[in-house]
Amino acid sequence: MRHVIIVDVEDHPGVLNRIASLFRKRAYNIESLAVGHSHRPGISRMTIVVAADHNEALQVVKQLDKLIEVVSITDVTEQRHVSREMALAKVAAPEMKRTEILQLANVYRAQVVDVSPGSIILEVTGDEDKIDSFVEIIRPYGILELTRTGEVAMVRGRAMPTPHVLVEEGPAA
Amino acid sequence: MKRTGAEIILDSLVAHGVHSVFGYPGGACLPLYDALYHYQDRLNHILVRHEQGAAFAADGYARASGDVGVCIATSGPGVTNLVTGIAGAHMDSVPVVALTGQVPRNLLGTDGFQETDATGVMLPITKHNWLVMNAEELPRVMEEAFHIANTGRKGPVQVDVPKDVFLEEVEFDGFPPPRIPGYNPDEGTQPDPTQVRAAAEVIYGSEKPIILAGHGIHYSDAYDELLAFAEKANIPVITTLHGVSSFPESHELSFGMVGMHGNLYANWAVDRADLLIALGMRFDDRVTGRLEDFATNARIIHVDIDPAEIGKNVATDVGIVADLKPTIRALTDEIERLDHTPWVKQICQWREDHPSLAIRETEIVLPQWVIRQIYHITNGEAIVVTDVGQAQMWAAQHFWYDRRNTFFSSGGLGAMGYAFPASIGVKYARPNEQVWCIIGDGGFQMTLQDLAVVREHDVDVKIAIINNNHLGMIRQWQTLFYESRFMSAKLENPDFVKLAEAYGIPGLRASTKSDVVKVLKEAEKIPGPVLMDLVVDEVEKVYPMVPAGSSLAETIEGDEVEEARYA
Repeated sequence: MRHVIIVDVEDHPGVLNRIASLFRKRAYNIESLAVGHSHRPGISRMTIVVAADHNEALQVVKQLDKLIEVVSITDVTEQRHVSREMALAKVAAPEMKRTEILQLANVYRAQVVDVSPGSIILEVTGDEDKIDSFVEIIRPYGILELTRTGEVAMVRGRAMPTPHVLVEEGPAA
Repeated sequence: MKRTGAEIILDSLVAHGVHSVFGYPGGACLPLYDALYHYQDRLNHILVRHEQGAAFAADGYARASGDVGVCIATSGPGVTNLVTGIAGAHMDSVPVVALTGQVPRNLLGTDGFQETDATGVMLPITKHNWLVMNAEELPRVMEEAFHIANTGRKGPVQVDVPKDVFLEEVEFDGFPPPRIPGYNPDEGTQPDPTQVRAAAEVIYGSEKPIILAGHGIHYSDAYDELLAFAEKANIPVITTLHGVSSFPESHELSFGMVGMHGNLYANWAVDRADLLIALGMRFDDRVTGRLEDFATNARIIHVDIDPAEIGKNVATDVGIVADLKPTIRALTDEIERLDHTPWVKQICQWREDHPSLAIRETEIVLPQWVIRQIYHITNGEAIVVTDVGQAQMWAAQHFWYDRRNTFFSSGGLGAMGYAFPASIGVKYARPNEQVWCIIGDGGFQMTLQDLAVVREHDVDVKIAIINNNHLGMIRQWQTLFYESRFMSAKLENPDFVKLAEAYGIPGLRASTKSDVVKVLKEAEKIPGPVLMDLVVDEVEKVYPMVPAGSSLAETIEGDEVEEARYA
């Protein structure tokens, strides 16, 4: 199953290397990783999507938490959260197909960010499903290039992500 | 006050009570050595003969002292030579600070002479590491380095310093207290009372409990607590390899070591237990055997300082992330005095029927018999430092450890060549105790160049080479699992006695039982280092044994060939 993990890290050189090294060493599977500055100076926020079962995801979180530069970490999969991903798609668009493509783009609220002779670049934002389905819809027109940011996520409501609680599953007695 | 980067580093070592450091100079760290010149009254630098030895010695020093061990190496080959020792410290959670020189800042990333991506190489085998780009960072980094190495789950750290940063002069006004937002090892050191109660409930519901004591007992200094808990709850204690010497082996509740070469009765006890109380251990594959069949009827209480160890290999019923000392104390306070006499008697009966540590009467010198003689001749008071392989296992099995923290070994990484340099570090940490390095003829040849070190500094280490002229564990596995196709198992050895003499160290050889006793007694009396070439049977195997991929229940006691040979 997909697990969405939000990680706040100190903004030091080499942090990404440590995270990547840990995933490699323990053979965890990253589906996507997005990183950028957070609202706090000196802290970057990563959203990591991993394919893992419950126990494996718990290990991913605990092992990441051991990295000194990881300030906080939360598996938000089970929490109410919004997640978004952006894609840029360069689509072959000869004049006769252009209107048709633009109509489809409109359905997905995709923005046209570049128009050139024979091609256009569309920008689309949404959850993973929406982007997947958008890509499939425009594929027949000829996708010349596609780039996706990977998912970023945020927990709904005023609450910050609930920090990871180190309690094991299973009855105590 | 103006200080150079190198001076700040050395001030930091002094401030942390370090008195001995193990290292090897080189171009990139010459400025550090130049500063050391002026610190000789405060810091004793031991020049090893290979950087790997520096890391091993720092590791031994740390384990034996409870303080942080420090090693120094230069850039490039200096750092890469440290790798095995640091990887070992990482696997065994040993607090070591590795100081490494780096090419000057303007050469970084240019493939300069002796440049290696040193922090990149060390990244996966350190708890944390730094490339220090400004001397102003050094007070903070050094403080963090010691703090991170020696708190929480301990481990090695590396501080990589470009040559010109050692020389850089900056304003220095003391070491700031470490403030690391993502690292709070104090959190969770006290056990959660509800979990302690839950653990007590599980203990009450058990008729066949076992305590599995690991490395954590040493690090947490929880010896008294373990003893009091085991006695009050009347629960048999079985240790991991690193748990050896955490519980007195002459105690009636002690049943020795578990695992691949654990006692048959200990393995059976773990296999048949209805409760395992795992204290500061991590269910390594050498402990558990085939995981699916590990202690299938047992509930598990697991206490560890590292949350990631809880539930990593085995599912846990009660997991407590805390320091062992207060946790065991809280557990002891929580429970009533218990009685598990029938269960203890059952294990005693297994031990009587299958005495794993009995040694056959033979003419020929058996290696395990040699270990037993070392035990007797030192009155069991020696500190034992072992290498890896057969001699390691015999030393763990046949020397009986009643004294705390007196057994040191490369457990997790299993690095050959560990014992000799590590024993030098151990001796520096505990100068008033006898230190015996028990090592195979193969392992000794991996780091023997430090014979020069023990001569130069007159380090009183007794080197007992258990010499079977083979890589014994290789031979054992090739015998058992590769139909005796011996490939690269036989060793053509040098004359170890002459070798010792070449280094100016007394060398003694024995190849009969009476000579072994004579040599051991003589070695014990000689002040300073001694090398003993103890020639033993070539084909003796380590038993009991859990073949790789088997379960603890399938522990074998010996083999027919062995039986026939001595029938």
